[in-house]
Amino acid sequence: MSSSAPLPHFQQPLLKTPFHERARSLSQVERFVAWSGYTTVDVFTTVEQEYFAIRNASTLYDLTPMVKYRIGGPQALEYLNRLVTRDLRKLKPGRVAYCVWCNDAGHLLDDGTIFSLGEGEYRLCTAERQIDWLLDSAIGFEVEVSEITAQIAALALQGPTSCAVLKAAGLAGIEQLKPFEIGHFELSRRPLMVSRTGFTGDLGYELWMPPEAALENWDALMEAGRTRGLRAIGSQALNMARIEAGFLMPHVDFVSAEQTIRTGRDRSPLELGLGWLVDFTKGHFNGRRALLAEHLRGARRQLVGLDVEGNKPAHNALLYTDAKGRREIGFVTSATWSPTCKRNIALALLDAPHFSTGTTVWADIYLNRELKWERRMAAARVVDRPFFAPERRRATPPADF
Amino acid sequence: MASAAPHDVIVIGGGHNGLVCAALLARRGRSVLVLEAESAVGGAAATREFAPGFRVSACAHLVHLMPARLIEELSLERHGLEWAAQGLPTSALMPDAPPLPIESQSLGADRGAYEDYAAQMQRFARALGPVLEQVPPRLGTHEWSDIAGLMRLGWRIRRLGRSDMRELLRIGGMNVHDLLEEHFASSALKGALAFDAVLGTNFGPRSPGTVLTLLYRLAAQCSAGPRGLAQPRGGVGALSAALARAAAAAGAVIRTRAPVSEVIVEGDHAAGVVLESGERIAARCVVSNADPKTTFLRLLGPRHLDTGFVRRVTHLRARGLAAKLHLALDRAPAFAGAAARLLGGRLLVAPSLEYLERAFNHAKYGEYSSAPAFEVTVPSLNDPALAPSGQHVLSAVVQYVPYELKGGWEGKRERLTARCIDALERLSPGLGASVIGSELLTPADIEREFHISGGHWHHADLAFDQFFMVRPVPGATQHRTPLPGLYLCGAGCHPGGGVMGTAGRNAALEILKSTAA
Repeated sequence: MSSSAPLPHFQQPLLKTPFHERARSLSQVERFVAWSGYTTVDVFTTVEQEYFAIRNASTLYDLTPMVKYRIGGPQALEYLNRLVTRDLRKLKPGRVAYCVWCNDAGHLLDDGTIFSLGEGEYRLCTAERQIDWLLDSAIGFEVEVSEITAQIAALALQGPTSCAVLKAAGLAGIEQLKPFEIGHFELSRRPLMVSRTGFTGDLGYELWMPPEAALENWDALMEAGRTRGLRAIGSQALNMARIEAGFLMPHVDFVSAEQTIRTGRDRSPLELGLGWLVDFTKGHFNGRRALLAEHLRGARRQLVGLDVEGNKPAHNALLYTDAKGRREIGFVTSATWSPTCKRNIALALLDAPHFSTGTTVWADIYLNRELKWERRMAAARVVDRPFFAPERRRATPPADF
Repeated sequence: MASAAPHDVIVIGGGHNGLVCAALLARRGRSVLVLEAESAVGGAAATREFAPGFRVSACAHLVHLMPARLIEELSLERHGLEWAAQGLPTSALMPDAPPLPIESQSLGADRGAYEDYAAQMQRFARALGPVLEQVPPRLGTHEWSDIAGLMRLGWRIRRLGRSDMRELLRIGGMNVHDLLEEHFASSALKGALAFDAVLGTNFGPRSPGTVLTLLYRLAAQCSAGPRGLAQPRGGVGALSAALARAAAAAGAVIRTRAPVSEVIVEGDHAAGVVLESGERIAARCVVSNADPKTTFLRLLGPRHLDTGFVRRVTHLRARGLAAKLHLALDRAPAFAGAAARLLGGRLLVAPSLEYLERAFNHAKYGEYSSAPAFEVTVPSLNDPALAPSGQHVLSAVVQYVPYELKGGWEGKRERLTARCIDALERLSPGLGASVIGSELLTPADIEREFHISGGHWHHADLAFDQFFMVRPVPGATQHRTPLPGLYLCGAGCHPGGGVMGTAGRNAALEILKSTAA
């Protein structure tokens, strides 16, 4: 259409992020996926190439569709502390905290990161849109909640050379930024907010910028990363890295309790191995009473890491107590061959009492070999997460390249 | 400032339910402190002087729902409760016709139908009556006591027999307009019977669920006992005074002019209250006679509650739609052709179903009715001490008057009062000229005067989705709340409002159960 008037939002196909132009020109295989109403890249070239860039060089990933909320006001802290299970009174300005939040029944609604941007000023980054829950949670608090997703373009720059790329792009002092810290810099003559956060479990940063700076910043970073192996990646490669890091993916490892239909499909943070995020001593928060009861009763199931024998990823496998598959005790939620660990890894939900570390369970793996389906029973050992946690993710300053 | 020896129980609000609860707890050896915001106890069950020498019951003006057993249990008659009248009749007022008593011998062609209808409704009321007196089971638990409670309810309905059970299940969700049209010919009879289904609700006779509200009223009346419509001597406030004396005699301490501003929470347990004066009073548990919105959103605060629960409390429908009109008359009102016996009773102005439905229409759009419906009593006929010698008090519930009037209430009270007097004048010529003083309490006034959020007599609409097992909201049934140690005993609980006292009694029993030493 030549007309410049944009279609009303409900007639628009997927929205394009401010980086779309670059992503389109770099895409070699035309694999795009929908993410929160935007079109984003699934794979640029090949998954393997992109994955290895995460672990061996550095990568750019467009995370603009990540849903962002501004939470501000004199009681923003009290509001957030009632919303999430962690004690945010400990979160200093200029820091980021990974959080989960629950409904009344103590079932997970979503996970995300909370950025403390100053006195009474926070940003919440989530996977799901949930303004209704956030607004209803604001009843009785002096706080403003608004969605700012489209007002902020965001890139994840992840990988061992990522700090060097930013340094080369002119971000002076970036090497002093500690994990979960927020820094303010300048890129292409505009302010740039950087947080040392990410979804890869590796050294990495997330860059937050006004949409109008998006293309210029992309080009500046690509230029700075030319000799440091920087490449754009899609969500497939990122997914392998996040399984290695043991991170959870909404709709894959859990379904938001607001969206489940069947009973028993809701998950509590205790079941998902996120008990360390639940602070029963901080005062009341959503789901506290239910979670405390669950805590005292003991978990009925638990999300664990699995080390599966062989090299065939245990996608969607049901799990059994024995090789004959007589008693079903759980299922795999995420699985991949980990090229870095050289292990066949998975995340799985296991019923009590089969989830303690060291337990052996059996995974029923289906393989499609040139259209012929074969079935393998593979032994799998319950292991601690994360599968991959290199020292460099925490090192400050990180190594230079 | 917390007192050294904490009380076992603090009751927030000295309404009739709060006093019943306090009296019963005190009699079982609990140390009880009742905190009432106003200078006298009673809450909305009060008698007030609205013009020099003229006194009237501020909200409900008849007592017909309080179980006789409860009155006996608390020895209220020993504590000064006297009846000015009992077994009062109900009649329908009509322009240009003598009042029609709602009694079978006066109903002419509808007599047979009325006798059948009344007998069947009485059977339903008897079956459902016990449901009102019990703490309802909870939904969604797997506990035997809840399952057994549901089974008892099912059995009670099944025991009605096949044809009555079918009829109850058929009409249970219907509207009262359709039900009455099935049975009767007389407009006046239908209007009067429908009035009881919609009194104090946000419903017109064609609104779904109005048979339920009618059954509720009949069941409560049935389990109250044979006293019928009764008028305490000295107004409904005299009942509250007797309750207060019974509570005090049992050892409860009652403090008036002690408005509570906050419930103290310690270690996720209610631990006392803070008064508006700043005084802190500790207690092992707290019972709120206040309505659910006031209790949860103002006194406790959302920060001690989960979002989903706060959402439900926020959505609770609790806007009053009934106003109260008080007229000081310099002589007894006359209604042409009315026997003296009827005048002392309950007089309904709802001459037809259509009249009632039209009266309701305006309220939907934030207006008051151009031709309102009334429940009128002239309490000074039975209790002359309420007015100066030879003069009289007229007390009327006016339906429908919105809580939020379009354009605000400023200056509109006078207009509505004049309109009400005009409407009554048509039924009792000369009444307007005899008015020497008046008072109108809109739902907004009732909210302010009696500290009821929304000014609803029942604290929350009685409707299918706010009834029985889910009253006031899921998560706050059985008088318990999400916060351990905080209980509800007001009309927002099952079985609801009206001057019944059952909510207060059941709350006391639940508290005794869960705090048994």
